[in-house]
Amino acid sequence: MLLSLIFRNAFRHKLRTLLTVVGLTVAVLAFGLLSTVVEAWYAGAEGASNARLVVRNAISLVFPLPLTYRQKIRQIEGVRGITTANWFGGIYKEPKNFFPQFAVEASSYLDLYPEYLLSEAERKDFQRDRKGAIVGEKLAATYGFKVGDTVTLKGTIYPGQWEFVIRGIYNGRDAKTDVSQMLFHWDYLNETMKIRIPRRANQIGVYVVEVADPSRVAEISRIIDNEFKNSNAETLSETEKAFQLGFVSMTEAIVVAIRLVSYLVIFIILAVMANTMAMTVRERTAEYATLKALGFGPRFVLLLIYGESLAIAALGGALGIALTFPVAVAFGNAMGTLFKVFAVSGATVALQAACALAVGFISALVPAYRAARVNIVAGLRSIG
Amino acid sequence: MSEPLISLHNIVKSYRRGQQTVPVLSGVTFDIAAGEFLALMGPSGSGKSTLLNLIAGIDRPDSGQLIVAGEDIGRLPEAALADWRARHVGFIFQFYNLLPVLSALENVELPLLLKDMPRRERRERAELALSMVGLSDRLDHAPSELSGGQQQRVAIARALITDPTLIVADEPTGDLDRESANDVLRLMQRLNDEIGKTIIMVTHDSRAAGHAHAIMHLEKGELSGREEVGK
Ligand SMILES: Nc1ncnc2c1ncn2[C@@H]1O[C@H](COP(=O)(O)OP(=O)(O)O)[C@@H](O)[C@H]1O
Ligand SMILES: [Mg+2]
Repeated sequence: MLLSLIFRNAFRHKLRTLLTVVGLTVAVLAFGLLSTVVEAWYAGAEGASNARLVVRNAISLVFPLPLTYRQKIRQIEGVRGITTANWFGGIYKEPKNFFPQFAVEASSYLDLYPEYLLSEAERKDFQRDRKGAIVGEKLAATYGFKVGDTVTLKGTIYPGQWEFVIRGIYNGRDAKTDVSQMLFHWDYLNETMKIRIPRRANQIGVYVVEVADPSRVAEISRIIDNEFKNSNAETLSETEKAFQLGFVSMTEAIVVAIRLVSYLVIFIILAVMANTMAMTVRERTAEYATLKALGFGPRFVLLLIYGESLAIAALGGALGIALTFPVAVAFGNAMGTLFKVFAVSGATVALQAACALAVGFISALVPAYRAARVNIVAGLRSIG
Repeated sequence: MSEPLISLHNIVKSYRRGQQTVPVLSGVTFDIAAGEFLALMGPSGSGKSTLLNLIAGIDRPDSGQLIVAGEDIGRLPEAALADWRARHVGFIFQFYNLLPVLSALENVELPLLLKDMPRRERRERAELALSMVGLSDRLDHAPSELSGGQQQRVAIARALITDPTLIVADEPTGDLDRESANDVLRLMQRLNDEIGKTIIMVTHDSRAAGHAHAIMHLEKGELSGREEVGK
């Protein structure tokens, strides 16, 4: 009877409760989406390895490194493998179609990235075709790329039109693997540049180095950087993870802003809900006074009010969480390949639930305290 | 005569309004025996409700001694007083004060939640109480689906259900038409006659007061005599 009393009270003003529930649902949904965006932002670094070093120009990522460094780095003791990558930054049809493209050393790149799963046949096809490219499955799905398709990119860093033939579509070993990239032959880039702008040929964006013993990664990065000290292109070596995080932190301010907004949304719904509860409880003062006259204690009144508030919050929260999943999928699709992973995490759901329940609890705090303490005679005089 | 059920000695009660204190009861003393049906009359603002609330244990006197059903209720702590009310007092209000989301049956059942009683027994008792007030065919009706008179009869069933020592009624017919008022008053009379409930009823309607055994008049915070109702 107590539970049914709580539920019937909650739905006494159908419209009021409905609006509150809708507000909560939207707030919890918005909170979930925003926190998923933030997570997606950091997911880039999460898939990164701690055993791979990225060696870049010490001045800035936009300056290249000489091709000659490859041999020198390869010879350092403790280095097991090396490959190269140049950020291409081409435009596919329209600038909004953003996805990462790298010109890589095709013979070695996939050896250093075992998390990119490609069939043996496709791998051979890719390596055989100088204009060949491979794309991640998410990227392929977004733009409908199929093996054998010709894809034309408009260069920005490397001017001109560039044509590629898709030779393979790779999958990710796990959810953290970036399956929204396009990889193609550095040789193709370099030979074309030799003709178009010869002084920009033979340049490497970054070297990716595999260290035999991951615990020696810091030591080896120092050895590499020392090797090129006082040369005209000093290097900065850091783990891939540190490298990615550095990239992410450039946008730290945006992430902080998003986090702030997501909590603001919860705060607003808290204010709305607290107002609703205050109004509701005030209207029922005479009922609470009646219950107390009949001998019910303050705890019973507290239970009724907290129960009602938490029931409404739980309903709105549950709906918001349930909606987060389909909306996140739609949102992720709409964002295309901007985020390599866009999935609602367990931590996000837990936070959503915690926020909803906190809203329910805090909203009831003051009204419940007042109602529990209401003077019976004064309460009975107030006609709802 | 044996020990009175209710014994008031020199009860003083005043309210504060801002800086000012408004005296309401200035030394009220009287006894009520068990089994009485007493009407409390007086002009509006004379302190009838205040006096009734004190006897019912929902308000406290400033001074004086207030012994009801063997308990010095002026001195009981809050929680003990609530338990005492649940055991000894049945309430009938002018505006019925039923919970609008509960059915007639559930409203009557409500006070039994405070007793340790299985659900089945609660139901049975509530049905019995509603049949006593002639509402067996309205068990599942919400208060909003009942007339004022019917709602007040539900409230009477609720006041009865715990078999209290005392029933207090503050203007129980104040919101009813004559016919419904008569139904309610006859019902209260029967409770007094047939099961010997002690009833104190506040009213300013002398016809309503005519249903009681005795009438007490309250004027300017003082009792001005008791008048037996001739049968
Ligand atoms: N909570 C209160 N605060 C201030 N004054 C009150 C309060 N309750 C009652 N009074 C005053 O006490 C007097 C008696 O009230 P009440 O017992 O309700 O009278 P009655 O029921 O006889 O009409 C009135 O003058 C009323 O204004
Ligand atoms: Mg009154």
